[in-house]
Amino acid sequence: MKRILVVFLLCIPLFLGGCAGDDRPVLSVYNWGDYIDPDLIAQFEDEFDCRVNYETFTSNEDLYVKLKNSTDTYDVLVPSDYMIERLINEDMLRPINKDNVPNLSIIEPQALNLPFDPENTYSVPYFYGVLGILYNPEMVSDPVDSWDILWNDKYASKILMYDSIRDSMGASLSRLGFSMNETSEANINAARDALIKQKPLVMAYVTDNVKNLMATDGAAMALVYSGDAAIVMDENNKLAFAVPKEGSNVYYDNFVIPNNSKNPELAESFINYMLTPEIAARNMEYVGFSAPNPQAISLMDDNWKNNTAFNIQVDDLARSEIFVDLPNNILELYNKAWTEVNVSK
Amino acid sequence: MKSFKEYIAYPYGIWMLVFIAVPLLVVVWFSFLSNPDFKMGEYVFTLENYQNFMDPLYLELLYRSFIYALIATLICFLISYPLASLIITLPEHRQNTMILLMILPMWVNFLLRTYAWMVLLSNNGIISNFLDFLGFTNIPLLYTQWAVILGMVYNFFPFMLLPIYTAMKKIDPDLLRAASDLGANRFQLFTKVKFPLSMPGIVSGSMMVFMPAVSTFVISNLLGGGKYMLIGNLIEQQFLTLNNWNFGSAISMVLMVLIFLVLGIARLITGKEIDTGGQVL
Repeated sequence: MKRILVVFLLCIPLFLGGCAGDDRPVLSVYNWGDYIDPDLIAQFEDEFDCRVNYETFTSNEDLYVKLKNSTDTYDVLVPSDYMIERLINEDMLRPINKDNVPNLSIIEPQALNLPFDPENTYSVPYFYGVLGILYNPEMVSDPVDSWDILWNDKYASKILMYDSIRDSMGASLSRLGFSMNETSEANINAARDALIKQKPLVMAYVTDNVKNLMATDGAAMALVYSGDAAIVMDENNKLAFAVPKEGSNVYYDNFVIPNNSKNPELAESFINYMLTPEIAARNMEYVGFSAPNPQAISLMDDNWKNNTAFNIQVDDLARSEIFVDLPNNILELYNKAWTEVNVSK
Repeated sequence: MKSFKEYIAYPYGIWMLVFIAVPLLVVVWFSFLSNPDFKMGEYVFTLENYQNFMDPLYLELLYRSFIYALIATLICFLISYPLASLIITLPEHRQNTMILLMILPMWVNFLLRTYAWMVLLSNNGIISNFLDFLGFTNIPLLYTQWAVILGMVYNFFPFMLLPIYTAMKKIDPDLLRAASDLGANRFQLFTKVKFPLSMPGIVSGSMMVFMPAVSTFVISNLLGGGKYMLIGNLIEQQFLTLNNWNFGSAISMVLMVLIFLVLGIARLITGKEIDTGGQVL
């Protein structure tokens, strides 16, 4: 008995050494939910002898509120285009040292030098995609080629919308022939009224659980990001994806390093690591979103190359627009409009 | 010299100051500020947040939240009162077992239980399949207002049952015997003695169901699918998505004042201080 106690006491420093003595550098990553293969984080920790502190958010707006109001600091963030523009304008990002990210050279040029960060001074592409409609052809008899289908009362209570201001408002604006970056109050209000009219047809306003609801046959169609559609279609091959003819939104979710990062060089290593073709390929197969990384895509299975939501068509991209960061007074109109949609019956 | 009793009250005093009084004051402070030019640190004193809330849109939302919470409270009462009357007639040890069974689900996290309802109510869930079997096809269960009310009733019903049970437990059986001796029939026994004496339990149970129900945002979000927004969702959205903490604080203040008013009314009904929770176990 005594011996066991002695052994136990001797072990205590080992346990303490396990946590308190961990002086490996820490990398804090703040990313979207379901947006990385967790095995790759563990692998990065081993290879770079560091500890990754990983947290997730559900929308760009949530990320922004957290950054503004919290004392937590992060080293790598993955906001979308318009939010990157806002963070740059508010001087919250740190220029990336491209010498530490040599893999930037293998990235497809169409994802580089975009208006929200013209020289890619602050951001490195991670995933991109288009907003579109995921649908179940067994339940939808009409052709799915326009946003109008989301307003078709034949599918009442079988339509899923996305609980995000810019995306749901964007679809409504685009359907009415306006820009997804509309700034005229009258047009924003027209899009709002259309969403209020649509509300009785909507089954639910969802975020990440859109994947479950479509996979288990609950809903007939959903407004989704192409990457979410791709992963559901990979599991359930009777579903299909379409980008409406009116045009849509193309989004770029890029890595950025905030100004107050404590470990920017490790952050750059992490970004470079995630762009390595083998790693990026594994990550894409796990997440379902497309990376602008042709070398990585060439390593992937054929079923991915045939997945229409993964392999985004050039003409779908061509008629889609990137969200721009709207000025605060316009954003107020969007917020107010979206609240009115939420509150309405 | 102060008594020992006074000294052991200090930790509670500090607790209340740090975790109740200070946060409340911060909310009050925030609710009177605004940030017109969207610049960090440039705040001005204003009543604008309260004026903005006077929009018919928000008032209707507030009204709707109160109606939902009232319906949930009423249903909880209709379930709990007969149940408590039944439990009270059992032998002592069986009573304890029954009460334990009633609060057992509360040992599981509130969110998990609500997620479980999402599975049960879904289109391919057990309840839906059973209804299909009976011939009632295509009845949406999840993402309806009734799902929201069900979630409130399910989650908050023990808060109604326990105070009613304890109030009934406190009724002196001699009072009931005396009433029957003096010629009261069973109906009069209930309306003149039992019910009035269990009133404190009913009022405190109603408050304990009503308050969380009127301010919930999780239940309406998960079981209502974002379609049946309540005042709690509006507050949550101001804080987490729209970054308008000042307006969010103002709504919280309005809700708090209204809840205090309801508490005051309840106090008038029973004629004494509402005992919330102290008597639960």
